[in-house]
Amino acid sequence: MLKDITLGQYFPGNTPAHRLDPRTKLLAVVFYIVAVFSCHSAWAYILTALVLALSARVSKVGARALFRGLKPVLFIIAFTALLNLFYTPGEELARLWLLRVTREGVWTAAAMMTRITLLITGTFLLTYTTSPIQLTDGLEALLGPLKRLRVPVHELAMMMSIALRFIPTLIEETDKIMSAQKARGADFESGGLARRARALIPLLVPLFVSAFRRADELATAMECRCYHGGEGRTKLHVLRFAARDYLALLFYLALAAGIIVFD
Amino acid sequence: MDEIIRVENLTHTYGAGTPFCRSALEHLELSVYRGELLGVIGHTGSGKSTLIQHLNGLLRPTEGRVLLDGRDIWAEPKKIRSVRFRVGLVFQYPEYQLFEETVYKDIAFGPTNMGLGGEELDRRVRDAARFAGLDESLLNVSPFALSGGQKRRAAIAGVIAMEPEVLVLDEPSAGLDPRGREELLAHIRAYHRERGTTVVLVSHSMEEVARHAERIVVLSHGRVLMSGTPREVFSRGGELAEAGLDVPQATRVAMALREKGLAVDPAVYTVEELADALLALKRGGGG
Repeated sequence: MLKDITLGQYFPGNTPAHRLDPRTKLLAVVFYIVAVFSCHSAWAYILTALVLALSARVSKVGARALFRGLKPVLFIIAFTALLNLFYTPGEELARLWLLRVTREGVWTAAAMMTRITLLITGTFLLTYTTSPIQLTDGLEALLGPLKRLRVPVHELAMMMSIALRFIPTLIEETDKIMSAQKARGADFESGGLARRARALIPLLVPLFVSAFRRADELATAMECRCYHGGEGRTKLHVLRFAARDYLALLFYLALAAGIIVFD
Repeated sequence: MDEIIRVENLTHTYGAGTPFCRSALEHLELSVYRGELLGVIGHTGSGKSTLIQHLNGLLRPTEGRVLLDGRDIWAEPKKIRSVRFRVGLVFQYPEYQLFEETVYKDIAFGPTNMGLGGEELDRRVRDAARFAGLDESLLNVSPFALSGGQKRRAAIAGVIAMEPEVLVLDEPSAGLDPRGREELLAHIRAYHRERGTTVVLVSHSMEEVARHAERIVVLSHGRVLMSGTPREVFSRGGELAEAGLDVPQATRVAMALREKGLAVDPAVYTVEELADALLALKRGGGG
């Protein structure tokens, strides 16, 4: 049951999108987000949606996989849409007791829904085509200049990759401990809120204990291999921009600039 | 003989309907008789762990039924918890389930969930600790202060305290040193003898199962490959090897001696039996 959680799941593949430098993809997503936030007219939304569809096509990510990421935020999308639908002042279209639906409200609700959907599916496309390791590598490289300001960029990136690496392990562990406590009659599914919260103690204590134990073991293992932080550390896979990277960057930059200027 | 658990045509498929779907059990049939000490062996991935999680209703069969005392345990899904008190399951590395402030409270977790309290609870906790071989003085210590072997015993005591009719143990001795193994298994056996509780011992170690089980079931690829007394099972060494399992060392020695033309019973399976067989041979042969 817990295994169904997709948290930035990576789909291995060998499409042009997979081969792009992770820095390119991170920047492209930033440009794309800027573009989505600068949209005002319906034409701009259609254009950004088309760009997303094209990117998904190039990445060979199916529509179903793309929209699966929306499930957890469906509630937020619906909530935002409803609020906008009923609380935007303007020309009245219909009236339901105290609630007024306005022409402006319909438009804002539709625009907000499209915006959130595009934002989320856009970022999901990044995690679908970029492995967590590549992602942190790219982030580390992009944040590199901050090292001058004494920001521990390498350490942060390392922490991020370790955290990502251990998510599946912890989920598996949670499943196991849950089964073991259920075998002793623990009940996680019934009772009120307070009771359910209390029922989590037998799950959380062992989980924390084992997480700390794992962290300790990992630290020892890293030290045994002479890990000493980012100073003077070289990379096995050095990131290099290729022509396609410049092309992709130019494309998304043009999209963002175009929408800002013309819309 | 009287069946306490009957598994009928049990199939379990993980991730049904996804590209990752995989059958762990396929039309498995199994009986557990009241009061026996049953050993279940199988290679890694043979379906052992999946099988035992069906016995107390942690997993629901994709197909087939699990009967406890002749009643389908899923007849009333809301009462599945009561099945878990009747069939006690000790997971592999159970020490990771300890969570309470003291060992006493941790052992009491199961029986408390059953609604017990007062003197009955106290008696059960102390009895369980004794059966698991845990010293009384450790009951008021934090479980996290115990040694690895003691933690294991505390966790096993936590299941014994529910006084289940069937006690299922998944690799109870994994990761212990040889002496800790022997002691733990001796305690489990003593509990089985004294209480007459049905025990299902799951292991991949032939030696262990050979020494302690009265009857053995061999699993392979989600099915029962063979079952019978240790003697019956180990006399089919060839088939066991095909399933990726080893016969006990004593059996291997006996089979090798037999190949050399000595009249040793090939179905011996403990070191003691082998020694007796060899002595008998020596006496018979006149030295």
